[in-house]
Amino acid sequence: MTRPFKLLTFQGAALVASALMMLTVSEMTRAAPPAAAVSIDNFTFKSPVVMVKPGTTVTWTNGDDIPHTVVSKDGLFKSKVLDTGDRFSFTFAKAGQFGYFCSLHPHMTGTIIVKA
Amino acid sequence: MLDDMDGDRRGFLKCMAWAGTGALFAFNSGVASSMGLEGALAAPLKRTATKPFTFVQLSDSHIGFNKPPNADARATFREAIAKVKALPVQPDFIIHTGDVSQLSRDEEFDDAEQMLKAAGLPVFFVPGEHDMLDPDGGKAFLDRFGKGSKGAGWYSFDHRGVHFVALVNVADLKPGGMGNLGAEQLKWLAADLAGRPSSTPIVVFAHIPLWTVYAEWGWGTDDAEQALKLLARFGSVTVLNGHIHQITQKVEGRIAFHTARSTAFPQPAPGTAPSPGPLKVPADQLHGMLGITDAMFVRGHQPIALIDSTLTA
Repeated sequence: MTRPFKLLTFQGAALVASALMMLTVSEMTRAAPPAAAVSIDNFTFKSPVVMVKPGTTVTWTNGDDIPHTVVSKDGLFKSKVLDTGDRFSFTFAKAGQFGYFCSLHPHMTGTIIVKA
Repeated sequence: MLDDMDGDRRGFLKCMAWAGTGALFAFNSGVASSMGLEGALAAPLKRTATKPFTFVQLSDSHIGFNKPPNADARATFREAIAKVKALPVQPDFIIHTGDVSQLSRDEEFDDAEQMLKAAGLPVFFVPGEHDMLDPDGGKAFLDRFGKGSKGAGWYSFDHRGVHFVALVNVADLKPGGMGNLGAEQLKWLAADLAGRPSSTPIVVFAHIPLWTVYAEWGWGTDDAEQALKLLARFGSVTVLNGHIHQITQKVEGRIAFHTARSTAFPQPAPGTAPSPGPLKVPADQLHGMLGITDAMFVRGHQPIALIDSTLTA
């Protein structure tokens, strides 16, 4: 009597486990869309030109001990002031070329190229 | 001795070296010379019908800055104000050439305002780029320090026959550019100067230098040339700036340019570091690189003598 019960339990456990795995995989897919990072150091955007696919979230991190901003040239996005260690993210939905600069130190410029 | 300060151009060129401590610079008709601070203080002022006056320039107090090399920019600003109060001749007023705050926070502006009250003197402000960081892009600064000003905070006033012009070159900056005055402000400046006799001494103050000190770090103002053209016909023009946290100066025609030290932290000389970020000097050197500028105005004679002194003395 105990044997089939055990077998059933095992099957049940396997089912639950595979369901969990599937769930985890789909969660992971959803939690990790394409991403790119741009660090700000020594009053420069360290990767001045970054190529990404549509839907990519780009995150800027200020590594300087002076505040900076990330402001798109055409008004698409604008960060608040980023103090040391602060981050700003923007998701680029559509293809195109997006120039940006630091509104405090406008000689600091960069471009995100979004291409399918 | 002030009478002797005409005509020694070579002497002036010697002073073009970066950052001098306690040197006096006197400008007269585009030719300037210098002498030691002690000599300047001992020199009798030329007797004129009108009493000479002085004013003080403070700059780049960055209230809220707390990283190397200065863990407390409030403390050094307080020291700078104490230094103003201790001057043998009390100035008629103070000008603050911007970056009052580090991040445009209310408490930073509050503290700066309270500390300046201790000086017991009128204070005239222009904003730096650090004062434009509130969500409304400078409104917090202007509501507090820019009452009665126009546009992004520009204005002018007269004091004992000298015309003072406060310009703003940190608003609406353009990608890839440097400081910017903009068409609206230039139009206002033209109207403000129109009709004034060319003999009127002019003092212009703004945050970012109105001449290109170092383009690679954005240390200049893109459309400054248009402002300088409007000023060229005047016999005595002094341009006072901040932003670069060190003393630089030059004379072009009859216009004398000067930048002041910060009261918060020094920055490197142009091109001597990977970036214009704070110069992380040892604690025992910091006070020797911070300071104030005392401007002496002698009417009739018409040189403006600028005395830069550090927080060490």
